[in-house]
Amino acid sequence: MKAFTYQRANTTAHAAAATAKPGAKIIAGGTNLLDLMKLQVETPSQLIDINHLPLDKVEETSEGGLRIGALVRNSDLAADPRVRQRYGVLSRALLAGASAQLRNKATTGGNLLQRTRCYYFYDITKPCNKRSPGSGCAALEGFNRIHAILGTSEQCIATHPSDMAVAMRALDANVETVDRQGDTRAIPIAEFHRLPGNTPEIETSLKPGEIITAVTLPPPPPGVQVYRKVRDRASYAFALVSVAAIVDSARGRIRSARLAFGGLALKPWRSPQAEQQLVDAAPDTSTFNAAANALLEGARGFGDNDFKIPLVRRTLHSVLAETTGA
Amino acid sequence: MEMNSPVGPNALDAPGIVGKPIDRVDGRLKVTGGARYAYEMQQDNVLYGFVVEASIGKGTIRSIDTRAAEKAPGVVLVLTHRNTPTQGTGNHREAHPVLTGPQVTRYGQPVAFVVAESFEEARAAAYLVDVKYDWSSGKYALRANVNEARVPKPNDAPAADSAVGDFAAAFASAPVQIDVTYTTPLQSHAMMEPHATLAMWDGNKLILHTANQMLNQGQQVIATTLKIPVENIRLISPFIGGGFGGKLWVNADAILASIAARQLKRPVKIALTRQQIFHVTTHRSDTIQRVRLGTDREGRILAIGHDVFSGNLPSEQTYEDAALQTRTLYAGPNRLTRHRLVPLDIPVASSMRAPGEAVGLMALECAMDELAEKLNLDPIELRMRNEPSEDPEKHIPYSSRHLVACMQEGARRFGWDKRNPKPGQVHDGRWLVGMGMAAGTRGNPLRLSKANVRLDADGKATVRMAMTDIGTGTYTILAQITAEMLGLPMERVVVELGDTSFPEAAGSGGSFGAGSSGSALFEACDALREKLARIAGIDPATARFADGNIASGEKSMRLTDLVGTGLDADGEIQPGRNNKDFSQQSYGAHFAEVGIDQDTGEVRVRRMLGVFTAGRVLNAKTARSQAIGGMVFGVGAALHEGMTLDARFGYFVNRDLAEYLVPLHADIPAIDAIFLAELDNESNPLKSKGIGELGICGAGASIANAVYNACGVRIRDYPITLDKLLTGLPMRA
Ligand SMILES: Cc1cc2nc3c(=O)[nH]c(=O)nc-3n(C[C@H](O)[C@H](O)[C@H](O)COP(=O)(O)OP(=O)(O)OC[C@H]3O[C@@H](n4cnc5c(N)ncnc54)[C@H](O)[C@@H]3O)c2cc1C
Ligand code: SF4
Repeated sequence: MKAFTYQRANTTAHAAAATAKPGAKIIAGGTNLLDLMKLQVETPSQLIDINHLPLDKVEETSEGGLRIGALVRNSDLAADPRVRQRYGVLSRALLAGASAQLRNKATTGGNLLQRTRCYYFYDITKPCNKRSPGSGCAALEGFNRIHAILGTSEQCIATHPSDMAVAMRALDANVETVDRQGDTRAIPIAEFHRLPGNTPEIETSLKPGEIITAVTLPPPPPGVQVYRKVRDRASYAFALVSVAAIVDSARGRIRSARLAFGGLALKPWRSPQAEQQLVDAAPDTSTFNAAANALLEGARGFGDNDFKIPLVRRTLHSVLAETTGA
Repeated sequence: MEMNSPVGPNALDAPGIVGKPIDRVDGRLKVTGGARYAYEMQQDNVLYGFVVEASIGKGTIRSIDTRAAEKAPGVVLVLTHRNTPTQGTGNHREAHPVLTGPQVTRYGQPVAFVVAESFEEARAAAYLVDVKYDWSSGKYALRANVNEARVPKPNDAPAADSAVGDFAAAFASAPVQIDVTYTTPLQSHAMMEPHATLAMWDGNKLILHTANQMLNQGQQVIATTLKIPVENIRLISPFIGGGFGGKLWVNADAILASIAARQLKRPVKIALTRQQIFHVTTHRSDTIQRVRLGTDREGRILAIGHDVFSGNLPSEQTYEDAALQTRTLYAGPNRLTRHRLVPLDIPVASSMRAPGEAVGLMALECAMDELAEKLNLDPIELRMRNEPSEDPEKHIPYSSRHLVACMQEGARRFGWDKRNPKPGQVHDGRWLVGMGMAAGTRGNPLRLSKANVRLDADGKATVRMAMTDIGTGTYTILAQITAEMLGLPMERVVVELGDTSFPEAAGSGGSFGAGSSGSALFEACDALREKLARIAGIDPATARFADGNIASGEKSMRLTDLVGTGLDADGEIQPGRNNKDFSQQSYGAHFAEVGIDQDTGEVRVRRMLGVFTAGRVLNAKTARSQAIGGMVFGVGAALHEGMTLDARFGYFVNRDLAEYLVPLHADIPAIDAIFLAELDNESNPLKSKGIGELGICGAGASIANAVYNACGVRIRDYPITLDKLLTGLPMRA
């Protein structure tokens, strides 16, 4: 860990302004950032502690949704009765993540911004375009069991590890921010995380000095909500594949379906084409197949992660069967 | 005492404290933080060290620039091969020289050691050490280099090969044959406490607070390495946060801290980081195991063969002796076992909990399951048909063997008769459910140990030995033995371990700890009883010790009136003829039920039962905990654990506990372990046998067999992860 200075932010505007300085970095729960600093994957010269900002509330919005402060802890969010009643998929996704101790510390903003778990990204002696642009991607021909099958590039095949973000993607959440000028904006979660392309080091659409203040959820869509996380052990493991599904069906017909996937790409993945296959269709194997085919259009394995292609297909079947009662 | 003859009736035979499920005497200290581990020892003026690891698998250091590190805040010393004194050499069990030269023989080899006023300063400066390497091509992967295998020649292990009869001919002509190859992955001990040392010098005497399982052995290794007399070295290790073999030998932490402390004339402290442990210390080699079983049509084994490949550094002879149990577990006239070692340029492979059996049984016991299916026999029936009447290779009797009873009792308790022998038949919603069983066995070695017990005028007994308690319950069983032998309440017994200034002891490893240290203590207590009886004028043969008194007939005296200012006695145990004339093994039968998510291939254990015989159980609670802990290890070995080697760099890719997966609470369901009553008169004065590793032996195989029974897919490459199962599972309609 490199020596750094520490500053406590008193206001959101102060935090944004301070973060705009080169080398400055926000610390929220610290559960990801500190690990990376110990390994010198992250080497900020200044930490801006935002834990004292009043961003720790979950509030109703006038539209009938929820506004979740950036500092709301994962445990608190999962346990919030409004979340449990109306956004079960989010509560389940949160509880499927990390461990109780980590969830007690982890924040909503930090969770969205947690970095990939790619082994080579974590080891500064190995080539990694995300950590050190232009150095190469050690995962491409290395051990890539946990890596992406969709939206990859020759530069980077990492995945985004968050469970929470997958549920939020299914819920069409918006990420609210403030920048150093004090300007605010709401970024649709679909546009928040970026695919690697030629710049895997740029992970989100946040600008320098722009910080997350909240995540808003629109009113809950109709339908059954399910979060299915497939993993190597029963808890405290990242998703190999996960599916957040909100499916509304009745009398042998699917009315609407929202499907978001974790473990497939560098962002929570949605496929409008796959969802389209389900709308107005009968919940049966051929429909599910059509959705899976649409989802996996262009999917590519890199060796150790080839299994994710059949795995996501099967998991999708399983989740659709569960949500439609098929 | 040398174990040369059977043990007759003795003071432990009457029901008493020994055997009771007594809580750990150190439990309170541990949960309140009062038990201090090596890194927690406070010392004035202490410095902190941090290791810089080689980031190549093989090659030479072209240049090493330490200037920036030396100038960094707080740094007082940067050791590299250029300024480190020459040290003694040997294999990893004999010596552990560090920073010996520019050659890099393995990934993670320490190439520099940064010492600073604080841990943070040492670590930050460690990243400033600029090392440039010339790479040479290395051999890293076991499978890719299996053609280079050679016969290992260790000086402290059984011979690599064994043969009885004519295996090849018997196997070729056997009416029923199984010929299967199983592979197990690289494993890491993943104990909770990292390797840590606080080293300080007092003149030419070295004191080390260090996490080490076998202190007297450690003393030797350090003496050889640092070229100083053994008497000048004191190792202190009263509490150890798990070892599983990872702390059997001396690791780089102890040597680096000692050398730096000597140069700086200040105490130096070091703990390896979790990530460093994977490369800097030892691991269990991966294995390739071919098992061949040839039987008649009734399932009687005619030929049994087990070939094992494992890897290690070219300079090492230690191999994973995974065919050991195959030499003794089942009958059969024609036998062949062979171990081959592949020289690899990766970190040192060494012992990990139940070296040999832990992974050997994962091959043998699954092959037996495959055989049972082929013969259309119940797996327990198959094993009973091959129950030997004597050790089939050594042709000596078993000291005690109740494997059949374990299997039968286990079957009854587990509901084995409800198992559908046809795989893939039992459904529970999305889940396919199956049951499996496996037998287990583990050798019962005995090692030289000594003990001293002292009774003071205040009625307190103090036991001293250089034994260790690595979390297993040694303190507790030794207190029980003392209390029982001297007729004292547990509260009056103080056990002091983990210090080489106490009498030499075996340490904790290879399941020899309790039997060896407990027997030495038994002998010491026996000697003290005799002394007390003589002072009391009582015939030692008729003396009874209870409630702080010695009594015989009508006569009764308080012990405290006999000891003056204190009375002590020594005891000693040594292996003898019994260890050659008897095949000494503990036994177990494992039963597992698993569910497999038919959609995703996720395997989850539903319940497990282990039924064991291991001679006298010294403490029903700590024994059960050991057995259950071993079974959990088995779950990990079967389903989760494995280091992945990246053969481009010669390194282990997954190096923390988020990526090296061990089972968690959520993975461990209802799990139970029971011990059947047994006394082993040939093993030691306690009539006990080792249990520290027994729980793991066979546990993984029972899970693998349950997986097969659940879904009909046989995975022969551990761990059994969902990606391997997936394609074999039919989609639900
Ligand atoms: C062993 C382990 C297992 C885990 N398993 C899972 C899992 O299964 N599923 C899962 O989803 N997650 C898992 N996690 C990740 C965990 O969810 C994240 O570490 C956590 O959510 C990060 O939140 P934090 O508040 O601690 O972030 P921090 O570590 O404080 O920050 C993370 C990043 O976000 C930035 N940041 C934080 N807040 C803001 C803000 N308001 N505005 C702008 N930037 C900000 C920081 O600068 C930093 O770059 C695991 C973590 C560990 C260590
Ligand atoms: S996959 Fe991405 S994060 Fe991983 S090594 Fe390649 S570039 Fe780095």
